[in-house]
Amino acid sequence: MLEKDDMVDLIRACAAVIEAHADELTELDSAIGDGDHGYNMKRGFEALRADADVISDKPLPDALTAAGMKLVMTVGGASGPLFGTFLMSFGKELNSGMDTAGIASAFAKATDAVAARGKSHAGQKTMLDVLYPVSKALTDGISGRAIGDVAEAAAEATIPIVATRGRASFLGERSAGHMDPGSRSSALLVRSVTDWLERRA
Amino acid sequence: MSDTGQNVGIVIVSHSPMVAEGTAQMVRQMVGGEVPLAWCGGDLDGGLGTSVEAISNAINSVWSEAGVAVLVDLGGAETNSEMAIEFMGAPKRDTIVICNAPIVEGAVMAATEASGGASLGEVVATAQELSPL
Repeated sequence: MLEKDDMVDLIRACAAVIEAHADELTELDSAIGDGDHGYNMKRGFEALRADADVISDKPLPDALTAAGMKLVMTVGGASGPLFGTFLMSFGKELNSGMDTAGIASAFAKATDAVAARGKSHAGQKTMLDVLYPVSKALTDGISGRAIGDVAEAAAEATIPIVATRGRASFLGERSAGHMDPGSRSSALLVRSVTDWLERRA
Repeated sequence: MSDTGQNVGIVIVSHSPMVAEGTAQMVRQMVGGEVPLAWCGGDLDGGLGTSVEAISNAINSVWSEAGVAVLVDLGGAETNSEMAIEFMGAPKRDTIVICNAPIVEGAVMAATEASGGASLGEVVATAQELSPL
């Protein structure tokens, strides 16, 4: 079970990773999107870090919902509602159980919620191309660092995909050859969480 | 016809405050002051983007039981508007509709329809006639 101090620490770890990679995310987004992903995510996670204390006072499901709401209100681009929807749905679904199976099931439902919010599906060069493989790995009982590896490999695998959803789809064939920025930030966050869990174990 | 005695409101959401304000200005000049009209644009730091909070405030400022038609530009403007509408909760959220239409032409057409007292469904349909099938 995550205690308050753990949650504050985890939020800080995620915010630090986003901050450290903000320029890289913006560069990826400049190649095939509108070039604001890094700045937007950084603004959202800075706001999250500023509220870490209040958010972490809540039980984990409510804390995730509050964190998602914070991202929705502060990110400013489409990634706010997308990452926010993930966290809000993940938090809500965790109320039905926080054991390994409960977490895998909540992650799967949260991924579906992102797909619904973005009117998208796997294979369109979006963050779903990281979330679905991670979801499958969790359902298959994989855990720890291996989950972070799955996420990073999945983000790499978006490079050759021709985008058919999101701003990158305007580029058609020219979107191939670049990693999807939302997949990169999703993988970074998954890696942050798995690394953090390892350090704590 | 709207049976609430009020005209449907129009909200313009762009990544750029200048586009949003300019569109609103065109609506005011071409349609007049009969339609509740609000606009918002830009992210929290004043850059290009949209803010759920600003969208919610804009919608609330023109909302009546007649409803509100929302015109958006690109990606995040639509997703953030959907989020803002969801947060309104039932039944209010069912009286706010995002139009699948180009922002400038859609806003002018929707406002023109709304100024005659048309229902929300008619206002949205008129704006959406501009969209390629």
